[in-house]
Amino acid sequence: MIRLEAPFTEDKIRALKVGDMVEIYGLVYTGRDAVHKWLAEGNEPPKAEVDLRNSAIYHCGPVVMEKGKGDRKRYTVTAAGPTTSTREEPYQAGIIEKFGVRLVIGKGGMGEKTRIACEKFGCVYLHAVGGAAQVLAEAVKEVEGVYGLEKFGSPEAIWKLRVEKFPVVVTIDAHGNSLHKEIEASSGAALHGIFAGMKK
Amino acid sequence: MIGPLMKAALAKTLLESLIEIIRKTSTELPDDVVRALEAGKAEEAEGSRGKYAMGIISENIGLAKKKSQPLCQDTGSVLFFVHYPAKIDHALFSKLIRKAVTAATKKGYLRQNSVDALTGKNDGTNVGPGAPTIHAEPWKKDFFDIRLVLKGGGCENVGAQYSLPDARVGAGRDLVGVKKCILDAVQQAQGKGCGPGILGVTIGGDRATGYLISKEQFLRKMDDCSPEPSLAKLEDEVTTEANTLGIGPMGFGGKTTLLKTKIAAINRVPASFFVSVSYMCWAYRRQGAKVSTRGKIEKWFY
Ligand code: SF4
Repeated sequence: MIRLEAPFTEDKIRALKVGDMVEIYGLVYTGRDAVHKWLAEGNEPPKAEVDLRNSAIYHCGPVVMEKGKGDRKRYTVTAAGPTTSTREEPYQAGIIEKFGVRLVIGKGGMGEKTRIACEKFGCVYLHAVGGAAQVLAEAVKEVEGVYGLEKFGSPEAIWKLRVEKFPVVVTIDAHGNSLHKEIEASSGAALHGIFAGMKK
Repeated sequence: MIGPLMKAALAKTLLESLIEIIRKTSTELPDDVVRALEAGKAEEAEGSRGKYAMGIISENIGLAKKKSQPLCQDTGSVLFFVHYPAKIDHALFSKLIRKAVTAATKKGYLRQNSVDALTGKNDGTNVGPGAPTIHAEPWKKDFFDIRLVLKGGGCENVGAQYSLPDARVGAGRDLVGVKKCILDAVQQAQGKGCGPGILGVTIGGDRATGYLISKEQFLRKMDDCSPEPSLAKLEDEVTTEANTLGIGPMGFGGKTTLLKTKIAAINRVPASFFVSVSYMCWAYRRQGAKVSTRGKIEKWFY
């Protein structure tokens, strides 16, 4: 098990390899379809609120409960599983390049454009366990803030989550490797083997 | 037909029972599913990614139950399979089910998870055209049989339908061809359906009925097998062979790609030969109850 702690520097990211099991400690920003589209259209969140340099983006629309009013308003996350990442494939590479994002967290893997961007700019794709909404909510220790709640709505907003022991697997590393590609190829070969052994 | 006075009392209790069925379905996996997942976990090598994923899955199952919170935040398509006493008014009963879905959503047992197909608008009720889906049939018996499956979007997206013969897969119109199609669907799905998965398969039918019956297979228990020997054999073979593909939990690699395969065969027209494959994720949420004509839950089925 590898302990990956903020700040997420390029050195730490380049040291990770496909297949590594990792626990994340630090700040992650949630972002899904609306945010990715918005960023790709050339918008930028105010740096003081959302600093994407050396950051972690989590493809997740958390379920967040709100307590109290005004200054005493507090948020807690009751479910925080990953959503399917491929929907962000058209935008992700550009966002990694422009903002210097170091970790992309989600599920289901991503495609070639993202794989190449990870290699070029020093980023990794980390696969969380799909459906593990409760375990991942437990790993969220604090909601530090939210950006774009009005603009994007609660599930699509950028939530700033302080996480500890957040469990993931590296499935695309910063050296051009993709576990998704490898397993797709090996399972494809295995399938052909089975087909070849079948009676017609 | 049941009189108006009795109707009000029945409606109230029945509504509560329906909400409870939704709560239990969304927050607790049935024992037979938990056992199968534990067996899958035991298969994975110590220290492997497969073991790691299965460990997180079992921790999640425990937490969700303890906190009475949804297992997965995608609470899925809401699919009801129901039998009701013939004397009950069908329209009224369907209305109650929709009411229960909205109430369960308010209570947080279901996420606001149903949007207008054209505008993408979410009115937060989980009720709209085609939502929830209610397959209801009257029967002569004096109780309700109410079953519910919550089917997540990720796994629904990797379902597949084949029209045989299929040249890409090299599948002819026989059981060998059927098996090739099913295994192809598993390989195509990779980890995207949040495996280890459970397959519901229909051989035959028209396209719509094929998929419908494939979903109904998810009402079967994990350890049963098809009463038709050739299908029972095929179910076992598919599971065993799929587990040699090395896709593993979440597509991380490993031994447990599928937990079970459930196959049904229904008549087809001679011109068509469909194989319809529905993929269910590890968060296999199904529950059901025998409910009395007073609306009380008398027994859980799973
Ligand atoms: S496929 Fe299943 S486990 Fe995965 S996110 Fe969807 S509902 Fe949850």
